[in-house]
Amino acid sequence: MKGMSSIVKKTTQLLSGMIFLYGIYIITHGHLTPGGGFAGGTIIAASLIILVLAFGSDELTMVKRKEGSSVTESLAILAFLLFASLALIIGTNIFFHNYLPEGIIGNLISAGVIPLYNILVGIEVAAALFTIILAFIIYKEEISK
Amino acid sequence: MTLFILCFVLFLVGLYGVLTRKNIIKIFIGLSFMEFSTFLFLVLIGYIEGGIAPIISKNITNPVYVDPLPQAMVLTAIVIALAANSMLLAIAIKIYKKYGTFDIRKISNLKG
Amino acid sequence: MSWLITLFVILPLAAAFLIPVIGKLIKGFQKTITSVVFLFLTVLSLFFLFDGNTEVYSYKIGGWEPVNGVPIAIYFVIDGLTIFMLSIINLIGFFSAFYAISYIRRFTAENNFYTLLCLMVGGMNGVVMTGDLFNLFVFLEIAVIASYALVAFGVEKHELEASFKYQVLGGIASLLILFGIGLIYWKTKTLNIADVSDILKYSNDRSFLLFTQIILIAGFGLKAAMIPFHAWLPDAHSSAPSPISAMLSGVLIKAIGIYCIIRLFFNMFIINHEISLVFIILGSLSMVLGVFLAVGQWDIKRLLAYHSISQMGYVIIGVGIGMMILVNNGNKSVAALAITGGLFHLINHAVFKSLLFLNAGAIEYKTGTRNLKELGGLFAYMPVTYSTSLGASMAISGIPPFNGFFSKLLIIIAAIKGRFYLVAFLAVIVSIITLASFMKFQKFSFFNKSSITEKPKINEVPFPMCFSMIVLAILCLGLSLLIFPGVRETVLTPVVDILMNTTDYSSAIKDI
Repeated sequence: MKGMSSIVKKTTQLLSGMIFLYGIYIITHGHLTPGGGFAGGTIIAASLIILVLAFGSDELTMVKRKEGSSVTESLAILAFLLFASLALIIGTNIFFHNYLPEGIIGNLISAGVIPLYNILVGIEVAAALFTIILAFIIYKEEISK
Repeated sequence: MTLFILCFVLFLVGLYGVLTRKNIIKIFIGLSFMEFSTFLFLVLIGYIEGGIAPIISKNITNPVYVDPLPQAMVLTAIVIALAANSMLLAIAIKIYKKYGTFDIRKISNLKG
Repeated sequence: MSWLITLFVILPLAAAFLIPVIGKLIKGFQKTITSVVFLFLTVLSLFFLFDGNTEVYSYKIGGWEPVNGVPIAIYFVIDGLTIFMLSIINLIGFFSAFYAISYIRRFTAENNFYTLLCLMVGGMNGVVMTGDLFNLFVFLEIAVIASYALVAFGVEKHELEASFKYQVLGGIASLLILFGIGLIYWKTKTLNIADVSDILKYSNDRSFLLFTQIILIAGFGLKAAMIPFHAWLPDAHSSAPSPISAMLSGVLIKAIGIYCIIRLFFNMFIINHEISLVFIILGSLSMVLGVFLAVGQWDIKRLLAYHSISQMGYVIIGVGIGMMILVNNGNKSVAALAITGGLFHLINHAVFKSLLFLNAGAIEYKTGTRNLKELGGLFAYMPVTYSTSLGASMAISGIPPFNGFFSKLLIIIAAIKGRFYLVAFLAVIVSIITLASFMKFQKFSFFNKSSITEKPKINEVPFPMCFSMIVLAILCLGLSLLIFPGVRETVLTPVVDILMNTTDYSSAIKDI
């Protein structure tokens, strides 16, 4: 896939980092404000997708990146399952039990395991959306060839 | 009540689109109509007159919250719809690659 | 011990996401872990089935206790029906995965295949275990989205077209189900099935309830491929790889179609006359039209797929007759007989229809075609496939020592005792036409000697495929034992009790 003009490239360069940071903010404050893993994950994925669209990439690199993000996604889900079933192993015998101290309402580090779940869901959604978009771009390249 | 009936009408509009259109992408758009009408319906049943976003904070006393459960349901349903839609579009692209067309009249080899 | 039931969801999901990570590094990991996980879950579910504990048990995810008697956690509910379904799903899942070890070698993406298979089984396990309406929808979507991808696994023209059709109709069905769940939530402000049932008992908004029930019947009926909604099934089930056809036809349409219908309409809604009439009519239509559509087919897998529609008709008729008698305060033992027949036919159909699809896969694996007109004379070269498919054919057409005979007999006796003479007559006729259609299958694939000289190199399929087929064939005979007193009380009676005493489910869960 070809890249776009240099104006687009420069603007994307400037914006992409900020969008990425905003996504991280949404994820980490998921238990305090509206948002959370899914919303933040889509924002992070968007920041990566505009980079791919603006700068373009050859097919081989994209296939490699797609495999990488697909493995990341699987690892995030596995970590999520591990956290969820940890309580089964360490003695309380309750699936999805909130076993960490809950802290004070309104603090950034509070609500036990929920922020961890949010972060893992964020990684998972970002990787999954990025994989999907890359797969679509690869399909398009295959057709136009 | 009118709003709920309008949601159902939107659902039926989507169903009409799915059943009558011949282009794969238009069928997909019809399905999206049905999805969004359902989401709209779910959000509307959770709304309470004068309610605020259901977030616990210290400053508000005697709050009236809207029902948070339908919001969680809609969010989950959107994630599921994302997976289903991207699956459908991936199949649509593969079909275009094999047949060279999006017209379902030209790609009907199987007889239901 | 009770937390063991969460393993039915955790293990398949963990296996599904371990495969893309570790499967690339270690050769053969994907096959081993899938078979091991399914075997373990089969043993676990059989242990639950035979431990003699018949009381309803619920497990609260996250440990949230009820507030003022209103359940707020997502419940996993274990009762007779759930355990019954879990053992079918994991048993057929294990044999399909074991069969696939040899079968799937000719496809390239083995990792993706096993990932999707694990996801599908995990989703179905979740559907039958959950006691929460929305959670049911989520697990249902996991299972069906995996099955959409598996139907298109061959990525050829036919597979893609079948998958597209399946996805559009399946999407409509999912949205109808979600709409129905939304309507229930609007009325009751709860999603727990037991709690909903408790509230609906005091509700007298009949037209609203009927509207909801019709939307849900349309949704789950599309998933279960009852006859006005059947258009996707023959394409999808015949296009998938054979182990997946066995899973789709043997388990998926039961777990996400019939099971949900039975659970919601017996244990959640108040049973009523109109709905039971709808069940009997839809069941009779499926039974009769399915078999007539099947007779003219020359593609083995399409023929089997149409028979699935027809055989599911028997299950729905059995359950519908039982419901009708219960509503009219008729003879309770006849209602129990009808429901027993329906559920017994459900497990029998799971076993013999997956066996037949595995046979079709074995034939396709060795000869490369599914067209009956091009086959013939295989019985000398593929003795295992021939003998097992003969057993399965006799089971599906109701020849006495096999399991299909007993379940059909129960349904027909119940129909006669309940004065549904037309239904009983149709059931007998359909059984005879089924026999004719399977005699055609046997004759053209194994005996007709037209093409025997053209394919001299054909021999028996590899060991994993043979093993799955032989064990399933033995099960076809062995399941007949379920009808005899002693075994019947441990397996079928708890299931029927759950459905007969329709309100016990909710009171049992609310008490815990």
